[in-house]
Amino acid sequence: MSKNWPLWEIFVRSKNGLEHRHFGSLHAADAEMALVNARDVYTRRSEGVSIWVVESKDITASNPEHNGELFEPAQDKVYRHPTFYDLPDEVKHM
Amino acid sequence: MNNSLPFGRDAQRAERVSLSFNLKTNTMSDEQIRNLEEIFEARIARDEKIEPKDWMPEKYRKTHIRQMSQHAHSEIVGMLPEGNWISRAPSLRRKAALLAKVQDEAGHGLYLYSACETLGVSRDELYEQLHSGKAKYSSIFNYPTVSWADMGAVGWLVDGAAIINQVPLCNTSFGPYARAMVRVCKEESFHQRQGFEIMLKLCNGSPEQKEMAQDALNRWWWPSLMMLGPTDAESIHTEQSMKWKLKRKSNDDLRQQFIDQTVPQADLLGLTIPDPDMKFNEETGSYDFGEINWDEFWQVVKGHGPCNKKRMKDRVGAWEEGAWVRDAAMAHAEKNEAKKLKKAI
Ligand SMILES: [Fe+2]
Ligand SMILES: [Fe+2]
Repeated sequence: MSKNWPLWEIFVRSKNGLEHRHFGSLHAADAEMALVNARDVYTRRSEGVSIWVVESKDITASNPEHNGELFEPAQDKVYRHPTFYDLPDEVKHM
Repeated sequence: MNNSLPFGRDAQRAERVSLSFNLKTNTMSDEQIRNLEEIFEARIARDEKIEPKDWMPEKYRKTHIRQMSQHAHSEIVGMLPEGNWISRAPSLRRKAALLAKVQDEAGHGLYLYSACETLGVSRDELYEQLHSGKAKYSSIFNYPTVSWADMGAVGWLVDGAAIINQVPLCNTSFGPYARAMVRVCKEESFHQRQGFEIMLKLCNGSPEQKEMAQDALNRWWWPSLMMLGPTDAESIHTEQSMKWKLKRKSNDDLRQQFIDQTVPQADLLGLTIPDPDMKFNEETGSYDFGEINWDEFWQVVKGHGPCNKKRMKDRVGAWEEGAWVRDAAMAHAEKNEAKKLKKAI
């Protein structure tokens, strides 16, 4: 009875100084194979200098249906932005 | 973590079930569902992207699974006619290029399958649909590649037509599909150029070589035009697909675009397009062309093309013969996992 290879999410750092970014996913038997496959699938043209692989089932994602509760509270906090504060024009570089 | 991440398909299934459960317990009226659909359509009209976990009409989900998987299958089956020539390439330069191109097509198939899986369908189900003949792939790959010049014609014409089809999809509404297409389109341009270069070399060679190039064009021209899909009058899904940005131009418009860009390239090669009715129309600024044999197209789609059976036999064979490798890798991974656990205890 054969078992299917699990799904892995692939994150690639395109060059030092940049963060790892989600590139896509692929199937592999284990993490090592996921790394090798990711090299072939997502970096055939030197798109990366570092790869992270995470098994898809280990990722917890927020639910877009709850975006209201989750993200709206930030919307009425204008005082978190510099333009909220009134300063005289004479104050420069602030 | 942003919510554009695809996540485990079991979790995703559970999610969809719980959504429909909520819909039921909250006794959503038809009107409320219609409202959701209206909000959804408006988001797309505003050029917002839809991500896998967002609410979507079931028809949107199904249509996307169908189109993306057909696209993925085409990339995978598309490797077969060209794979045929890797070991027969006339020079190391050509061999390296062809090998890289075929490897890219495998990559395209994989990007697209994984985009498809974000909608809650498993890779296994997708393969099963291809292998059982339930799913379609591009009819062009059911034609044989009988000479080296075919590698030129396929790159130049088939990849050329594919680019015309794919570029507008970089802006399609479903995020994972659009992102996959951006990557695919970046890679396609070398495919077409290496094909054209093969044609150019043959056309500048001996009379026999030029003859080979002309013969390849003769055989691939009409199937390439058909590849852009049935005429608008016969195309069923167009209106809905336009709304969802799965399609941005009609098949006939895409075909005209392909013809107008390709005819001058054939002139440059000194080759003749095998269509006695092909003529530049001063008024429209486009080429008029002869009638396409749609009977042939539908025959090939229905499975009666020259290579349909061979393509499926090769594909299924590769899958089945590879089963022991997949099983061995899984067994090895499980053994290692067990070893690690033991050490931890
Ligand atoms: Fe491709
Ligand atoms: Fe290609």
